[in-house]
Amino acid sequence: MALLEIENLVVEFQTASGPFRAVNGVSMKVHEGEVLAIVGESGSGKSVSMLAAMGLLPWTAKVTADKLAFNGRDLLGMSANERRKIIGKDISMIFQEPVASLNPCFTVGFQIEEVLRIHLGLDKAGRRKRAIELFEAVGIPDPAERLGHYPHQMSGGQCQRVMIAIAIACNPKLLIADEPTTALDVTIQKQILDLLMKLQAEHNMGLIMITHNMGVVAETADRVVVQYKGRKMEEADVLTLFENPKSNYTRALLAALPDNATGDRLPTISELFVDEGAVQ
Amino acid sequence: MSVILEARNLVRDYHIPGGLIKKAKTVHALKGVSFSVEEGKTLAIVGESGCGKSTLGRILTLIDPATAGDLLIEGKKIDISKGDMTPEMRRKVQIVFQNPYGSLNPRQKIGDILMEPLVINTDTPADERRDRAIAMLKKVGLTDLHFNRYPHMFSGGQRQRIAIARALMLNPKLLVLDEPVSALDLSVQAQVLNLLADLQDELKLTYVFISHDLSVVRYIADDVMVMYFGEAVEYGSRDEVFADPKHSYTKTLFAATPRADVESIKARLAKKKQAA
Repeated sequence: MALLEIENLVVEFQTASGPFRAVNGVSMKVHEGEVLAIVGESGSGKSVSMLAAMGLLPWTAKVTADKLAFNGRDLLGMSANERRKIIGKDISMIFQEPVASLNPCFTVGFQIEEVLRIHLGLDKAGRRKRAIELFEAVGIPDPAERLGHYPHQMSGGQCQRVMIAIAIACNPKLLIADEPTTALDVTIQKQILDLLMKLQAEHNMGLIMITHNMGVVAETADRVVVQYKGRKMEEADVLTLFENPKSNYTRALLAALPDNATGDRLPTISELFVDEGAVQ
Repeated sequence: MSVILEARNLVRDYHIPGGLIKKAKTVHALKGVSFSVEEGKTLAIVGESGCGKSTLGRILTLIDPATAGDLLIEGKKIDISKGDMTPEMRRKVQIVFQNPYGSLNPRQKIGDILMEPLVINTDTPADERRDRAIAMLKKVGLTDLHFNRYPHMFSGGQRQRIAIARALMLNPKLLVLDEPVSALDLSVQAQVLNLLADLQDELKLTYVFISHDLSVVRYIADDVMVMYFGEAVEYGSRDEVFADPKHSYTKTLFAATPRADVESIKARLAKKKQAA
């Protein structure tokens, strides 16, 4: 059974000029121990579809789906209370801007212990012990001391490690990483990706990597979903996608990589790709 | 070919004043960097955050004075700490910033953004300012319809075009590009890089391209300088640096850059299978 099953997901936002469809009939499945990458430009609905699965969209969004299930349990039908027991515990998420997604008013220790208190109900000593363990697991040096620090006292890479520690605090079955390395340097990016892959393999987690960096996809994913303007253009395993892309959009995306430049000019997506409707 | 920009042993220290408890501290942001760029060429400066590449950018754009060392633009020594800068000298260097959402004033119309450098630096009459702004909009791939719009009405790629247009209004010789495409999507990135290449050919511009994305650097640069903790650890032509990196930091940097070719994916999948 798949861990997360999404069938025909539609997300609409009410705007002044009528409803805007950010996600238009996307389906995907993630299995246990699998790394799925979702690729697309900004506005392709890749973040919105995952936020919909997490239930983190604002009330202006209308989420409908034929099926939206985690571990066989329907997420749309359950009460908000029940859903909150799953979110943050069995499914957790890492966001793009590590410095912005931590609360600047509290120490990182408080923020990680909060998760442990709410979801696992550990006592004070247990929380602290587990927090130190987690900081060690994500490679933060001197964890006991670091727990008392505020986010502004840490670098971007360290903050992202804290975010990962919070996300894996309750041993989630599914981890959603929304552009986890976009704001980081390449050397730090490598460290964070290695860490995510290590944790994923150790805990046999399902991992969804949302990214627009084809290099990150090539280095991490088992399977790839390509999204464009809210629709799924292609789904393939990673080797097939790079070797033999089916959709014209994927081909255009790969050709626009500076790595693959052959002449003086880079081919742009608008030159190579004419929107001719998505594959379902 | 003539050398447009030359730096000899540039040093920049920042002094952090102490207090009751803290001692005063000096941060050596640049520890003696030398290079030269010829007209119409692109020098890429690569390094991680905190390595001093933006400090260097500030010195090159004459915002910050260097603590020691010489900066020569078109063979003329320039020292802004002496305060004898003429508008003509300032006009020669312009900058494009990383984040086009932060670098354009949200309360100014595009036309005013483009005409402001002319108002400040020159005596161009109003109607000529307008003509030149519209011509520049067309040059960067926008139209005169955009003249009266505000920045929020544009996408990231379009905003970066506007930022480039603003930098070019004074016909500079040298353009410092501080991570101009790292905030942009892949497809838009290709468009902006093409635009920069076209403008360089057309206007004989010299670029100093600050970036940490090696695939972009490999595409656009003629020369590459790799910086690490305020020092230039590697400096040479693009082909030299990419073919045979000498310094261990450069090697680390290359190893950390994700590869998107089929061979490396195959290698990774094989390794994963073995581990399982």
